Amino acid sequence: MVMSWIFTGIVAIALVAAIALGRGSELAAAVPTGAQAGIALVISMAGSICLWTGVGALMDKVGLTDCLSKLLKPLLKRLFPSTQKDTQLSQHLSANICANFLGLGNAATPMGIQAAQRLSIKSNHVASDELCRLIVLNTASIQLIPATVAAIRASLGCTTPFDILPAVWITSLCSAGLGLTAAWLMGKLWRR
Amino acid sequence: MTDYLVPLILLTVCCLALRKKENAYNILIGGAADGLKLLLTLTPTLILLLTAVTMLRASGAVEVISAYLAPIFRCFGIPPETAILVLIRPISGSAALAIGADLMTRHGVDSIIGRTVAVMLGSTETTFYTISVYFGAAGIKKTRYTVPAALIADFVGFTVASLTVRLLF
Repeated sequence: MVMSWIFTGIVAIALVAAIALGRGSELAAAVPTGAQAGIALVISMAGSICLWTGVGALMDKVGLTDCLSKLLKPLLKRLFPSTQKDTQLSQHLSANICANFLGLGNAATPMGIQAAQRLSIKSNHVASDELCRLIVLNTASIQLIPATVAAIRASLGCTTPFDILPAVWITSLCSAGLGLTAAWLMGKLWRR
Repeated sequence: MTDYLVPLILLTVCCLALRKKENAYNILIGGAADGLKLLLTLTPTLILLLTAVTMLRASGAVEVISAYLAPIFRCFGIPPETAILVLIRPISGSAALAIGADLMTRHGVDSIIGRTVAVMLGSTETTFYTISVYFGAAGIKKTRYTVPAALIADFVGFTVASLTVRLLF
């Protein structure tokens, strides 16, 4: 339903602005151009997307996910103290974070949902601090290879689509770190 | 440096797979097929949203909105040209992709704005979608401070993306 509102909203704003600014012919021309740009974008990034979902699957199979979750264990213990008592929760959580890290969004979400459900069994419909942290961590998107963006860049003729990697890593770490700090501070102030 | 990063990742993963006696090639093919399925679900969305975004751009609305928000964005060092992306990114992932692709085409993929857009897209998530999926599945009604905390993380992402691009390129 949200998307219907967004789509209608964008079209309505475009129409009002075009009338106000006298850009009717440009607006009319934009309809077929935009639709064609959509399919052109999909086709030109298809190759890279397929390649990277393949590499992601291979990374998972090779045991990189398990290796990563071992590395993450000390961090997980601090962020989610309940994982010490609940091994299943610990598995779901690390699988969620690792799948996100490797860019396997489709695999990450079900794992994250299972972790969220376990974190809120006795919560009585109120989000616990740990659940808030899990969501902040998921919205910060820490990714090793931002494949979709790199695919778009390559499709637009960029010869070095991956040169943004260091910038993406620094940015993700900063936003996750500060987001978690904000969550921690608000958790102290915000009583249930 | 970054030139060798991606080929090295590719080689490392394949070598690891061979050492574990895994059929690396077949796994790659299987994963690539999943990617194709993902693209198939993404295609109709991207066509519709790029139509809407191109209309928005052609109507002149984007310039008007960006001009109004420019002082606030400059204050935080975020290029005002990215205003529309910053506004839509937490709400819709595919609309953000459509806007991002449009911005990169117009300003050039390797321009400061083009790169800032790419880093923003790569380091943030569709916050409201994620929140609704997780809380919906967990049956949570009182979300407490999750939304402000997640939006702070997004805001930090947008400012740091602008900063790192300016510093690194």
